[in-house]
Amino acid sequence: MNRDFGPTELVFLLAALRWTVALTLVAFLGGGLGGFAVAMMRVSRLRAVRAAATVYIALLQGTPLLMQLFLAFYGLAVLTGVRLDAWPAVALAFTLYAAAFLGDIWRGTIEAIPLAQWEAATALALPRWHILRRVILPQAARIAIPPTVGFLVQLIKNTSVAAIVGFVELTRAGQLMVNVTYQPMIVYPLVATLYFAICWPISFAAGQLETRLNMKGNRA
Amino acid sequence: MHYVFQFGVVQDNWRILAEGALATLWMSVAALALGLLIAMACTYAMGSRVRALRAVVRGYIEVIRNTPLLVQLFIVYFSLPALGIRLDADEAAVLGLALNFGGYATEILRSGIEAVPHGQVEAATALGLGRMRIFRHVVLFPAIRVSYPGLAAQFILILLGSSVVSAISAEELTSTVNSLQSTTFRSFEFYFAATLIYLGMAAAARLLLDTVYWAGFTRGRPGLGGGRA
Repeated sequence: MNRDFGPTELVFLLAALRWTVALTLVAFLGGGLGGFAVAMMRVSRLRAVRAAATVYIALLQGTPLLMQLFLAFYGLAVLTGVRLDAWPAVALAFTLYAAAFLGDIWRGTIEAIPLAQWEAATALALPRWHILRRVILPQAARIAIPPTVGFLVQLIKNTSVAAIVGFVELTRAGQLMVNVTYQPMIVYPLVATLYFAICWPISFAAGQLETRLNMKGNRA
Repeated sequence: MHYVFQFGVVQDNWRILAEGALATLWMSVAALALGLLIAMACTYAMGSRVRALRAVVRGYIEVIRNTPLLVQLFIVYFSLPALGIRLDADEAAVLGLALNFGGYATEILRSGIEAVPHGQVEAATALGLGRMRIFRHVVLFPAIRVSYPGLAAQFILILLGSSVVSAISAEELTSTVNSLQSTTFRSFEFYFAATLIYLGMAAAARLLLDTVYWAGFTRGRPGLGGGRA
């Protein structure tokens, strides 16, 4: 007998939403650390270090996230000789993915700081690390906020791809509920609504932040 | 680590992989064409005096941008049949990708249009051009030039993002690899090969799009030359 979509099924979806949020947070924090390292490598004085970061970004931005997930999943299985459950592979893949995108976003904001700032700080004989930490990064951080918040929305939406490798988050939970209720016309629009309820306010905030930043920039 | 990589089996199946890659390209280009039509219609509607029409387009863009592509595909393929709209997996994939591309492309085109100074529209009106002709020649074409880099980047995202249509059993590179790895048990090797193929396709598409931009939009325009799309 089929179950109808009711409160129990809704609770199941909401419970799975926790895993969407958890995966997003792990990837955003891990990717934030990794992305900072990638951005620092991209502005390094050593050509080889810059090149390594460039290649890393190009590889992760030039291949489908789903392929990265499969490679992490089967790659870890090859390395450890056992098939792990999806969580470590998915967390690893999303962290590496976020590191590439955040690294590229932050490289852009660092490069957006006028060269004269570097020159002035160099003329003051500040050591390079000081120039970065005290002069460049504080200014870059300010303009980095809107695109970083924007990427967070991208990340939340993309965690849905983890459903394809069997990780039970919101989208996968939706599939499971469709399998028991046969009511895709209720379940999938509801799943979309839940994503929208999380993503839209963040998108809106990113837009507001950007507008405010532009207005400040014009006044200065 | 006892695993021995075997890429020979990947080589033996190169023809099947090539067919899958072609299907991915075809699907992405079809989604691009349909998506551009959707975006142009929406962009035109955004300039309408009818407030309800503008609100519908605004809502469409917000829904597309704030929900996952995968869920959008599920809705097109699994939920629409309840409304009597029944598509096969490949059609649903193209429609889903096109709707997704269309939402982003409308936003990109709109900011391109905002870059066209309003005085030009007024000048065209003064010359007695009709609404449709003003839209086409004075607003849309210059807007496309400004929007081109953004649209090109969005196309690459669709080309790579199309791999998730395998989840609604549409036939393309990822679904091809899924079935190859399940019969040969050489999962890592096949996904590795597919990743390289995607990388190559994205790089080739990028090169082509940049060349078109350079040839079509920057010639004879100092200051735009050498730009990357």
